Amino acid sequence: MSRRGDWVYENNGGTCVAVAGADYCVVAADTRLSVGYSILTRDHSKICELADKCVLASSGFQGDIKALHKNLAARELLYQHQHNKRMSCPAMAQLLSNTLYYKRFFPYYAFNVLGGLDSEGKGCVFTYDAVGSYERTGYSAQGTGSSLIMPVLDNQLKSPSPLLLPARDAVTPLSELEAVDLVKDVFASATERDIYTGDKLEIVVINKAGTKREYIDLRKD
Amino acid sequence: MAGAMDLPAKGGFSFDLCRRNAMLAEKGLKMPGFRKTGTTIVGLVFQDGVVLGADTRATEGPIVADKNCEKIHFMAPNIYCCGAGTAADTEAVTDMVSSQLQLHRYATGRESRVVTALTLLKSHLFSYQGHVSAALVLGGVDVTGPHLHTVYPHGSTDTLPFATMGSGSLAAMSVFESKYKEGLTREEGIQLVSDAICAGIFNDLGSGSNVDVCVITKGKTEYLRNHQLPNPRTYVSSKGYSFTKGQTEVLSTKITQLKPKVEVTESDAMEE
Repeated sequence: MSRRGDWVYENNGGTCVAVAGADYCVVAADTRLSVGYSILTRDHSKICELADKCVLASSGFQGDIKALHKNLAARELLYQHQHNKRMSCPAMAQLLSNTLYYKRFFPYYAFNVLGGLDSEGKGCVFTYDAVGSYERTGYSAQGTGSSLIMPVLDNQLKSPSPLLLPARDAVTPLSELEAVDLVKDVFASATERDIYTGDKLEIVVINKAGTKREYIDLRKD
Repeated sequence: MAGAMDLPAKGGFSFDLCRRNAMLAEKGLKMPGFRKTGTTIVGLVFQDGVVLGADTRATEGPIVADKNCEKIHFMAPNIYCCGAGTAADTEAVTDMVSSQLQLHRYATGRESRVVTALTLLKSHLFSYQGHVSAALVLGGVDVTGPHLHTVYPHGSTDTLPFATMGSGSLAAMSVFESKYKEGLTREEGIQLVSDAICAGIFNDLGSGSNVDVCVITKGKTEYLRNHQLPNPRTYVSSKGYSFTKGQTEVLSTKITQLKPKVEVTESDAMEE
């Protein structure tokens, strides 16, 4: 693909995961930035807090991701000024989808996972493709390690099929501590087998008390 | 073309399927990828002999296929060879030359020389015009002294006091260029090789996991497998995982009795 003179994208690697619980949401991403076989930095955050109950994690091309985060943060500020309140997570989910589709024919090379609390205080996770197709789910993984992580989350968190009626809630019954433990373990496993994932893991937990941040070390090789 | 595939009388590659593969590729079939070692391999000469080093990660694209593979191959009791490039190629070419060296030892009654291994490797690789993707660091000690060579996939070789190959070669070479000097002691040599491999492990994404070292001196070879393990798993869930019956949904079950389909006849064991 890069044989063409017009390939303007680059994949900086990395993995993002989000898990929704009954009254919390865990959003996590590794902090490695790479290009080709080299590491650019071991200490780069892929997570952006867009609103008090809404956090976005993106992996892919960092140039586009920085622009996307900046765009959304600005739109959120405008919303605050116009409506005298912060944007809710479902509202931001729709805004992100529209922003991505706006560039349907020159996409943001960004694989997004949006996590937070909805207007009722329940955990919600929205997962996206590069051009804005989105879905509310109980958990999701995006990025270079996503195919290593998703099957494990499917097994442990067992999302109900949308085809089964009546519609069942996708949020996991696990406690906050158990969900964080699962996310740490799943990242440690992905780091073993994906060369683009590693260095450090940044975990953001959102609940009604606010936002908490935690870091754990991952393999640096 | 006959119905059966004939291997050339002397062994080697059979090109019978090349035409079919070319036709399929034209129709859009994606060929299976090769597993490359995406590696850091090094060697240096110290006062008593040579030290070879390698990482232990084998990759298939962006995925780690083997977290602890062996990249330092046996050639002769006094000669070892590190391999980078396509794993099957490095394995096959070093095994083949190792066998040839053993036959040669029987024929001559002498210890193998490094230049013999070198010539066998380079002529094989040259005749395959670079299609055998093996980049090697060959080192050993024989009657003529310690030797260290690099061999490239197209068949060229270099003779050097210190060498690095693979995707992590630049990271490793930066360490060698800073710290190498002539007349290193055994401990200094091992430390320098370990440092160079670690540079590749931590700075090159194609290399990782552990450090293997091999020290060859006159009359003695020490293969230090996993000399350093600087990458333990960082987190293990204390909760563990259970895979109970019923956790995975069974959509349908079909049981086929085999007994009525198989004829059991009374006959002697091993009878045709």
